[in-house]
Amino acid sequence: MNQQASRYFVPDPSHYPLVGSVALFLLASGAALWMNKYAPGPYVVLAGFAVLLFMLFAWFGRVIGESESGKYNKQVDFSFRWAMSWFIFSEVMFFAAFFGALFYVRVLAVPDLASAEQQLLWPDFSTSWPSAGPKFAEQFTPMHAVGIPLINTLLLLSSGATLTWAHWGLLAGKRDQLKLGLILTIALGLLFISLQAYEYVHAYEELNLKLTTGVYGSTFFMLTGFHGLHVTIGATMLLVIFFRVMAGHFKPDHHFAFEAVAWYWHFVDVVWLCLFVVVYWL
Amino acid sequence: MEATHVHGAGHAHGGDHAHHPKGIMRWITTTNHKDIGTMYLWFSFTMFLVGGVMALILRAELFQPGLQFVEPEFFNQMITLHGLIMVFGAIMPAFVGFANWMIPLMIGAPDMAFARMNNWSFWLLPPAGILLTASMFVPGGAAGTGWTLYPPLSIQMGIGMDMAIFAIHILGMSSIMGSINIVTTILNLRAPGMTLMRMPMFCWTWLITGYLLIAVMPVLAGAVTMLLTDRHFGTSFFNAAGGGDPVLFQHIFWFFGHPEVYIIALPAFGVVSHVIPAFARKPLFGYTSMVYAIAAIALISFIVWAHHMYVVGMPVAGQLYFMYATILIAVPTGVKVFNWVATMWRGSLTFETPMLFALGFLFLFTIGGFTGLVLSNTAVDVQLQDTYYVVAHFHYVMVAGALFSAFAAVYYWLPKWTGHMYDETLGKWHFWLSFIFFNIAFFPQHFLGLAGMPRRIPDYALQFTDFNQVSTIGAFGFGLSQLLFLYIVLKTIRSGEKAAAKPWEGATGLEWTVPSPAPYHTFEEPPVLTEAKGHA
Ligand code: HEM
Ligand SMILES: [Cu+2]
Repeated sequence: MNQQASRYFVPDPSHYPLVGSVALFLLASGAALWMNKYAPGPYVVLAGFAVLLFMLFAWFGRVIGESESGKYNKQVDFSFRWAMSWFIFSEVMFFAAFFGALFYVRVLAVPDLASAEQQLLWPDFSTSWPSAGPKFAEQFTPMHAVGIPLINTLLLLSSGATLTWAHWGLLAGKRDQLKLGLILTIALGLLFISLQAYEYVHAYEELNLKLTTGVYGSTFFMLTGFHGLHVTIGATMLLVIFFRVMAGHFKPDHHFAFEAVAWYWHFVDVVWLCLFVVVYWL
Repeated sequence: MEATHVHGAGHAHGGDHAHHPKGIMRWITTTNHKDIGTMYLWFSFTMFLVGGVMALILRAELFQPGLQFVEPEFFNQMITLHGLIMVFGAIMPAFVGFANWMIPLMIGAPDMAFARMNNWSFWLLPPAGILLTASMFVPGGAAGTGWTLYPPLSIQMGIGMDMAIFAIHILGMSSIMGSINIVTTILNLRAPGMTLMRMPMFCWTWLITGYLLIAVMPVLAGAVTMLLTDRHFGTSFFNAAGGGDPVLFQHIFWFFGHPEVYIIALPAFGVVSHVIPAFARKPLFGYTSMVYAIAAIALISFIVWAHHMYVVGMPVAGQLYFMYATILIAVPTGVKVFNWVATMWRGSLTFETPMLFALGFLFLFTIGGFTGLVLSNTAVDVQLQDTYYVVAHFHYVMVAGALFSAFAAVYYWLPKWTGHMYDETLGKWHFWLSFIFFNIAFFPQHFLGLAGMPRRIPDYALQFTDFNQVSTIGAFGFGLSQLLFLYIVLKTIRSGEKAAAKPWEGATGLEWTVPSPAPYHTFEEPPVLTEAKGHA
């Protein structure tokens, strides 16, 4: 029954993929219904989420079980490393689309709308960033870099450091350092998310800065929002890693799950730095 | 293909996998690369027929000027769904299916690197296919924007547009997971001794295709996500009143879209690079230059996207840049065509069906490449943009290029999959019917485009009637010929002469060292490479 350790591990047949597909189908059709104001929409989305959560629990639980029972040899470990690197690359490209949009709007679209050629259409519009476009009538205040965003930068940077410290603990067999490092990292991550949520409330209630505030609001909230989503996912993964550490998982020479999450966390960190510079600061 | 399991069942495989679900559950839960490859191929063919029927609806309407059968709105919806289904549902899954079946066999791996995720990559396709086809029947109908989904039209459509957007999200996830799997398999699961530069060419093309997919599918996801928020959440990415720009969508879309055409073309190149040496009984000419040419094509494909946008109001400097960059791609592509021709030079050629399709590919893809060069010239493209010349161009690349190569692949590997030889006479019939009807359908479209007939319009001026009627006749002939293909494949699965492990005299590579049909499990222990070179 057992795969020999020298062999590449090929899993038994599994029904989780189909469950995952059903979940995504429910999520997609539910969201389409919801957005077009059909009553069943929210419930279908909810059902989709439930099925997705079930699938994630079951599938990852299975993978963890396989890993802990020693079915993954060095070659399998290497496959995971490649896969995680490529996955993070795909995430980089996803953010690149939104950064590209921001760049395009600032360098090309807004100046063009204010150019001489468009004088007849938009006589009063002049180039400046932040801009919500020529038809946006209300006043809004853009988000400043100094303040919460700067604090958030420091929080995320130190969370990267605590995570590395935790990794050193894992490598050296110091489990207490590992646990403490993870707790600190998760705490910093949660603090970041809370401050981000506070910033959003502040923007909506006091700055009149909303998702609908022209292209500034669009790029601001979509970029920071997708980043925040990734921090949330990262923090959740760190939490899973923490529980696994408490359960005695991971050895100094066999802990790729930890490293994968760490890679992901550092990636989210780097995205934030870019955001801080081009969204908040410049 | 169905027969695979039956024949492989007797194979002893070390006692692992204690339980194998039977019937439908076998296919739903399978982690076997051959099963999954088979499912990909059947899904692809089904989608090919669905998209094909849509194409025939378009061609029927275009048989005469004026409106005959369908409303203009419905015509536009058929155009959109035909494009999306053919690209994402038929061509791409076909080559993923070949990759699944053949790459582990070619590199001596026991399976794909992530067998369970492999199954998910496949099972994400049916939900996306359902969303796309079901969108025809919702209020407002399917997206009527064309497969390029340009705003502002795509901002205005109904729920069908949202279903298309979510279908694209799911298809993207499937492609990314599939590509990560393929790339990891190629990088990490090669048998000892098979260095990268000894790897079969099909693996090389897929390694680079996988890289392209991982790079651009997320960008498409970003683009349609912006569409979605512009539609429902009041963002202004593509809305000038809010400071955005509809042209921004075109930039993001084509940053995905141009590499996408190489995602379709590169694996096709890979197949042809196996078939031509096998039937010329000579090793592939210029293996190393071939590898560099693929890599060069992939890299340049990222910096040419705006050749689809010459008429949006680009500065002349931009037009010139994108023109020269596009023309540059012709160089590595020329290297490849030259290498295939040189492979045949003084070879002892025979013309079995796979070779016929490979040669058909070579001729017609080269024509498509040349019309592409014509279009890359800005001054010319200003006249030809959105005319039938463009439709002719990309059908030469995608149908006579990618699809013919896929047919070559099926005939070439069918003996390995089913253990039977296909009917050579019928195969040849299939080729000649496809080849002739394809040209009847699409060659006149060059003239129509040059004369100014616009694409995506159900009606046309009277003087275009003759060529359109010829084209429609060709299209129906082509469509019907594909039923012959279905018959040939089914016949090969059920019966046919028993195939040897290596049914083609000139074929090389590890896949021909395992019996035909390939047992359910292969290379559970990595093979030992003794030849100097693993590749053809
Ligand atoms: C029987 C074979 C086929 C026929 C007769 C056919 C016919 C057509 C027609 C009539 C159009 C609409 C052109 C227009 O008015 O703009 C079209 C568009 C298109 N076809 Fe095909 N087609 C065939 C196969 C394929 C295949 C195999 C692909 C594979 C990739 C494909 C990809 C496309 C694409 C991408 C479009 C553009 C859709 C758009 O304008 O948004 N076609 N085809
Ligand atoms: Cu292009």
